[in-house]
Amino acid sequence: MATLELEVAEEAVTQPARKGRRLGMLFWAGIVWLVFVCAVAVFATVLPLPSPTDMDMLERRAPFSAEHWLGTDGLGRDELARLIYGARISLVVGVCAPVIGVVIGGALGMLAGYFRGRFESLVVGSMDVLLAFPPLILALAVTAYLGQSIFNLTLILGALSVPAFMRVARAATLTLARREFVIAAQALGATHARILLRELLPNVMLPLLAFFLLGVAVIIVVEGSLSFLGLGVPPPISSWGSMIGEGRESLDMAPRLAFLPAAAMFLTVLSFNLVGDTLRALTDPRQGAL
Amino acid sequence: MTENTLLSVEDVVVDLPTPRGNLRAVDRVNLTVGAGQTLGVVGESGCGKTMLSRAILQLLPKKAKLSGRVMFDGQDLLQLAPEKLRKLRGRSLAVVFQDPMTSLNPVLTIGTQLIETLQEHLELDDATARKRSVELLAAVGIPAPEQRLAQYPHQLSGGMRQRVAIAIALSCEPKLLIADEPTTALDVTIQAQILDLLAREQRRRHMAMILITHDLGVVAGRTDEVAVMYAGRVVERAPTPALFKKMRMPYTEALLAALPRLDAAPHTPLPAISGRPPDPTRPLQGCSFSPRCRYAVARCQVEKPPLTAAGSREHQYACFHPIGIHAEAGA
Repeated sequence: MATLELEVAEEAVTQPARKGRRLGMLFWAGIVWLVFVCAVAVFATVLPLPSPTDMDMLERRAPFSAEHWLGTDGLGRDELARLIYGARISLVVGVCAPVIGVVIGGALGMLAGYFRGRFESLVVGSMDVLLAFPPLILALAVTAYLGQSIFNLTLILGALSVPAFMRVARAATLTLARREFVIAAQALGATHARILLRELLPNVMLPLLAFFLLGVAVIIVVEGSLSFLGLGVPPPISSWGSMIGEGRESLDMAPRLAFLPAAAMFLTVLSFNLVGDTLRALTDPRQGAL
Repeated sequence: MTENTLLSVEDVVVDLPTPRGNLRAVDRVNLTVGAGQTLGVVGESGCGKTMLSRAILQLLPKKAKLSGRVMFDGQDLLQLAPEKLRKLRGRSLAVVFQDPMTSLNPVLTIGTQLIETLQEHLELDDATARKRSVELLAAVGIPAPEQRLAQYPHQLSGGMRQRVAIAIALSCEPKLLIADEPTTALDVTIQAQILDLLAREQRRRHMAMILITHDLGVVAGRTDEVAVMYAGRVVERAPTPALFKKMRMPYTEALLAALPRLDAAPHTPLPAISGRPPDPTRPLQGCSFSPRCRYAVARCQVEKPPLTAAGSREHQYACFHPIGIHAEAGA
């Protein structure tokens, strides 16, 4: 009994000190990794790296060395350079596609949740149709038809993420539009546009932002899957997914060729999730009201 | 009284379609408010007070059907184009809602909410709007108004939030303020302060006010006229002094008797009104208060008493057995 009481007292004393570092180690580790990946991807061209597409058939699957830090792949291309250039693709697609989704889906969802009626039925109905397609099959079919390019890939993944964002935005708007402050704004003579943009959008932004970071993580994985299947970015451009796909062929000889890009993807996706969760918890001013 | 009528509600009916059938929330209500006057609307929960205020503002739920006339400042609000109506709201007609926890936007600062309302209607530049906001916050009794502008609603207490809501409502100098249970969500100690603030600002701005409440004690000293509502209808309407001197409607009497008294002995049970209000989707044939009324006779259950005046023209009530007269007849 005495020990138990002591422990409780100790915890009460240490709590205020802990408050300052509420963000936690994991959040900062995530931030550090994301900043590192972004910086390397942005400055890839100025870094002293060998070209990611130059092949050296004499040095296929070379081990780690001073010349090739992470060795070379099955065609003798520098693995580190390919990883870094691959990060560019994964990040560009992973960020741009959810941006398309959050803008279109967010706008549709808010309009549907606010105005209700026939427009809502139409939007929800068409999104259900889109959701009813197996997303990967749809992406495969459209890439096969439109051709492989980063732009097409971003567009398809963006379109595929619209329904999810629409649902999040609509659900948030539905509950918020019934709150008294919306009626209060109407009673003060606010226009629909003003209510949507000034009253509702700042409230809907929070769940959308958290979902956006989650979306980035999911899209990076989906882009990886598409590239793994050979329907992502066209070769010889590298992306993490296509590198895993190529590494598969030499899994028995050099498993690192598949595991290095997989580890990079895993860490990036994990970081986006950690940062997204923490940011949502932090930026929610309503928490203070509880 | 008629020459400077600001608002007149004529035969207003609000019907709400529900899965269980049509709900008549407001049933042929007639009311007038003169410029600078205060009308108290009293009734228990669900009697149609809030729907009446929403009907005046034309802010009813989309499915609701509204008929009758709402004349405000010479214009029929039901016929007004949406754009004109929107300009009228906030500028000439303002509302203070019951719960200041939900009537302020939780993610915008108080300054943003005040300044934007001012700019929306008065076309002020940023500096002037800011100055006006500080003045308004000071006028509603908020200490350190400059610092409050940067704060979020959750950083203020309930009473402070309601003061902010009042400041926003008063920002464009409305001619009519509808206060929809402005003190129900607040501590008793704050209630009087908020009501006094409303009365003071009303006098200063020569503004008309509709004070909606379920508390007869609130309207007693602060209104010129009182309308008592029950099941969507106005059942008694009189100048405040006349009503408290001689209430006619048994419902009003029961409502007043249900107020807790300070001088009552401890553990005295409150004389609550027994039973519940009638199901609004199934209107009664007779007087809607008859099932709970201790004076009710057979006639009350088959015939609806009209709102009639007896004695003075200003005192109207809907009852076959008004209290004073009932007692005299019985004696």
